[in-house]
Amino acid sequence: MAAPLTLLLIVAVTIRAVLFRSSLAELIPERVEVVSPLNAWKRVVEGLALLDLGVSPYAGDVFHETPLIIYFFHFVSDYAEIVFMMADALTAVALYLAVKDYNKTVFRKQKYALEAERYPLDCLELIRTPKEMYYIPLKVAMFYLLNPFTILSCVAKSTCGLNNAVIALFILCTVKGSSLMSAIFLALATYQSIYPLTLFAPALLYLLQRLYIPVNWQRSSFWLFTTQYTFMYLGSLCVMVCLSFFLLSSWDFLSSVYGFILSVPDLTPNIGLFWYFFAEMFEHFRLFFICVFQINVFFYTIPLSIKLKEHPIFLIFMQIAIISIFKSYPTVGDIALYMAFLPAWNHLYRFLRNIFLVSVVLLACSTLFPVLWHLWIYAGSANSNFYYAITLLFNVAQILLVSDYFYAYLRREHHLTHGLYLKRKDGSEATLVLK
Amino acid sequence: MCYIYSESFVAETNPVDAPSDNKADHVHDTMQNLDSRPAPYVKDQTQEAAEEERQWEATEVKEADHVPDTMQTPDVPPPTPAKDQFQEELVIRPLHSGDIYASFQFRTMWDTDFLRGSKVSHYRLFPKSLGQVISKFSVRELHISFTQGYWRTMQWGQPFLPSPPGAELWVWFQDTVTDVDGAWKELTNVLSGIFCASLNFIDSTNTVQPSASFKPLGLGNVTDQRFLRYAVLPREIVCTENLTPWKKLLPCGSKAGLAVLMKSEKLFHSSFHSQALHFRPVCQDWKCKSTVWELRQTLNVVFDLHTSGQGKREWSLFKMFSRTLTEACPLASSSKVYVDVTDNPQGELFELSPTTPLLSQAVVLGDRRTYSVYDLTNQATFGQTRSLNMLLRWRAAESGDMLRPLLHGERYVAGYGLQTGEIHTLMYNNHPYRAFPVLLLDTVPWYLRLYIHTLTVTSKGRDNKPSYIHYQPSKDRLRPHLLEMLVQLPPNSVTEVTMQFERALLKWTEYTPDPNHGFYVGSSVISALVPSVVAMDTNSTRECPLFSSFFPCKEESSYFMRVYTEPLLVNLPTPDFSMPYNVICLTCTVVAVGYGSLYNLLTRTFQVEEPSPGLAKRLANIIRRLRGVPLL
Repeated sequence: MAAPLTLLLIVAVTIRAVLFRSSLAELIPERVEVVSPLNAWKRVVEGLALLDLGVSPYAGDVFHETPLIIYFFHFVSDYAEIVFMMADALTAVALYLAVKDYNKTVFRKQKYALEAERYPLDCLELIRTPKEMYYIPLKVAMFYLLNPFTILSCVAKSTCGLNNAVIALFILCTVKGSSLMSAIFLALATYQSIYPLTLFAPALLYLLQRLYIPVNWQRSSFWLFTTQYTFMYLGSLCVMVCLSFFLLSSWDFLSSVYGFILSVPDLTPNIGLFWYFFAEMFEHFRLFFICVFQINVFFYTIPLSIKLKEHPIFLIFMQIAIISIFKSYPTVGDIALYMAFLPAWNHLYRFLRNIFLVSVVLLACSTLFPVLWHLWIYAGSANSNFYYAITLLFNVAQILLVSDYFYAYLRREHHLTHGLYLKRKDGSEATLVLK
Repeated sequence: MCYIYSESFVAETNPVDAPSDNKADHVHDTMQNLDSRPAPYVKDQTQEAAEEERQWEATEVKEADHVPDTMQTPDVPPPTPAKDQFQEELVIRPLHSGDIYASFQFRTMWDTDFLRGSKVSHYRLFPKSLGQVISKFSVRELHISFTQGYWRTMQWGQPFLPSPPGAELWVWFQDTVTDVDGAWKELTNVLSGIFCASLNFIDSTNTVQPSASFKPLGLGNVTDQRFLRYAVLPREIVCTENLTPWKKLLPCGSKAGLAVLMKSEKLFHSSFHSQALHFRPVCQDWKCKSTVWELRQTLNVVFDLHTSGQGKREWSLFKMFSRTLTEACPLASSSKVYVDVTDNPQGELFELSPTTPLLSQAVVLGDRRTYSVYDLTNQATFGQTRSLNMLLRWRAAESGDMLRPLLHGERYVAGYGLQTGEIHTLMYNNHPYRAFPVLLLDTVPWYLRLYIHTLTVTSKGRDNKPSYIHYQPSKDRLRPHLLEMLVQLPPNSVTEVTMQFERALLKWTEYTPDPNHGFYVGSSVISALVPSVVAMDTNSTRECPLFSSFFPCKEESSYFMRVYTEPLLVNLPTPDFSMPYNVICLTCTVVAVGYGSLYNLLTRTFQVEEPSPGLAKRLANIIRRLRGVPLL
């Protein structure tokens, strides 16, 4: 398996290197779909320039990266292209290893269940075979590396690629069962963009599951591990924040990074839902709706964790998808991360209801983004509503995609316990509905 | 500890009462008393900070020395009566383009000490409305200008007092002011009322504190920029309602003196109109023992050859202002009209009538000019008709070549589309062999997000690194970008400064009522010490016309000059203003779709669908339930 992965990495790096040398390298970093005020490379360079001028990068409202990022690029800004290509490769390898390990766990569980004859007899066709699972890790890596969204994001040198790498490493460490590393990477991801905070729950659930500790409020072992993991997470987060403080000896970055993410002052168009909504919002409702929209991102964690407590990796996927749809400054790089997981849920394909429609809408929207942007900004023959309409459609499609996978996952689980071909009381063939 | 004031003043301490050099040869002015001499303006506008500070310190000590005299005896009225005085002056300069430039200057000196706690209740010549405001807000210097139109330097040469299009206000507060921002806000609102202008639109988003470009023009030891506020409103439209309150500040109003010429229908029927007001502390006499407050009101206007002259190359006071002069303001100690006749020594270019025997020479903006002088305090000036109507008739069709201004600036926005853009500022050094440094000040509103790393300065195709950069990045909805740089301009060259920006999308309530008109970006300010061809008169205590004595001058070989570039008009992307409700509804719908579908899957469980009973059966069951019999 190492050979195809190497080949894939070589292909991916070649594509990126070629694009970096082409004329597109100037065009792509200006695209609002690819970069947001949070992660644009231009703003990182601006931050470095401000630092050189002796002005705090957070004195203005252009730079919103964390202090660690600015110090990281202070040393490697000349090799930025290599850094971003390496980040992508690292993400892909981490996802590859994580999914490989996860598949092993899934297969082992399935084997035990089969041996215990827990599955109904007619469910045999739902059972996953090693043959079909063999290429899944490679497909995941391929979905990430060759996804046009990832490539665009990398060529634009959006720091989203680095955040994705951190999240991928977090998933890898979690799957490998290393709770300390998992906590550190989760803290790093949270430090970078707050929203990965919601991944705390699935990581904890997975680690508990791996240690065979049941989620039981009465058990002391549960509380012991939860406290331990929380402390590791909060401790490393605290270390990072304090380190940032000592690097710049000011707390300005808190409002400039996290305040900026949460209060959405920059209404530059992007593929998300926030920009036009808050550009058109009545001033006295602004705070209310900002709270509602931000709570919306975090809110799903609790019910999803309850519903999917047996399936933490799927929960991670759901959380990442929800974050990338509902976050305040989404870019295509965020979407690429959760899309990389889609091959891992290949076995759900038969239960997906509108995957065709959704993929067509996503494709159409992706091509329409630049077209309508051109019409609005350059040609002047369209207005902002056109671009806004496409972002709405794009987000509806993403929501349908995610909820479709969620539906399929739940339905498969239902079939695995109740049998695939359900019968009514009178013996006729029954249909399954949500009630 | 009381050491000297400045280098120029060292010489001044020697007896120089008898004007000895050629510049003063023609000084024929009637003013006799030393007290009325213009103050030594020692303030220099450039960067030589270290040298400067030493001087300022000296000044401070000096002031402290004489202050106790008044402090110790607050109840006793000052021994000498207040020496308020008023001077008025009009300069007419025929321009090479055929247009005509008229510049009024009115100077009121206010001998009072409002800072020392003594409440001033008696006003003689100084306008009370302004005096009260100034003492209330502890203003040290106040400069305000309202300008309609853009001064075309390449056609018209340099103005006596430059001003940017729109309204400009800069104020130095006393260092006793603790809440400068609060005082500034209140002051702008009060001035807004006094001048009927939209100065109340000055807020933190267009106020800056330049570190070097706007140094105090009067006496002062305050060089800490914390006490300085500078704001420009490029959008401000200047009209009659601003002129009327401005005229009311004059001691004679518009009843007598030169101010009778200010009829608004003529003044605003012009290519350029600028009215300004400058308030600053100056020395009372050449010894500079005490300071007085000087209020200079200036009004500059350029009449167009074609629109107001009907194409005929002929000018008269009556044609320009539809009035003639009949008397000086009785309160004025000096009242003069100057006509620039430098290019016309033998009268071959134009003919000026009535002729006047008085000639005056003044060095202004690095050039020695000759003026015909009409002294309005002298009854002979008005002649038999008891009115003065100067007539200027051109003889030559072409008015010859103009001396090119040594420093000149231009600015424009490059790029297309509404996403990004680039600001280009061009600075021309037309001096044939001297390089000189200039200070460029740029204030850009926050909604054009500047990227300082894209700043390039090139002259003659080569990178020209600024020796000093002061950059203050913007904060959204809070403060603008401020960029100040010191750039050395090579001789006979164009220096181009470029900087990229990104246009922000604003909230729909933040747009102006005509959003597609665009947003204004105030003029860049280029301040420089320009090498002078003519030796400058550093001895500023000497009696000289008002128009040549505004900017203090320190070295003989150079003079201070300020150039304003064009303001910019930049379009921003706009949302659709007509549909906030639709957007709120649609976005909320999408969020609800997300919430709804997840809620659905989270709260419901899969169940086998049971066929629902038919309608007849359901109705029957309802009736049966009512009757209390078992259901079907």
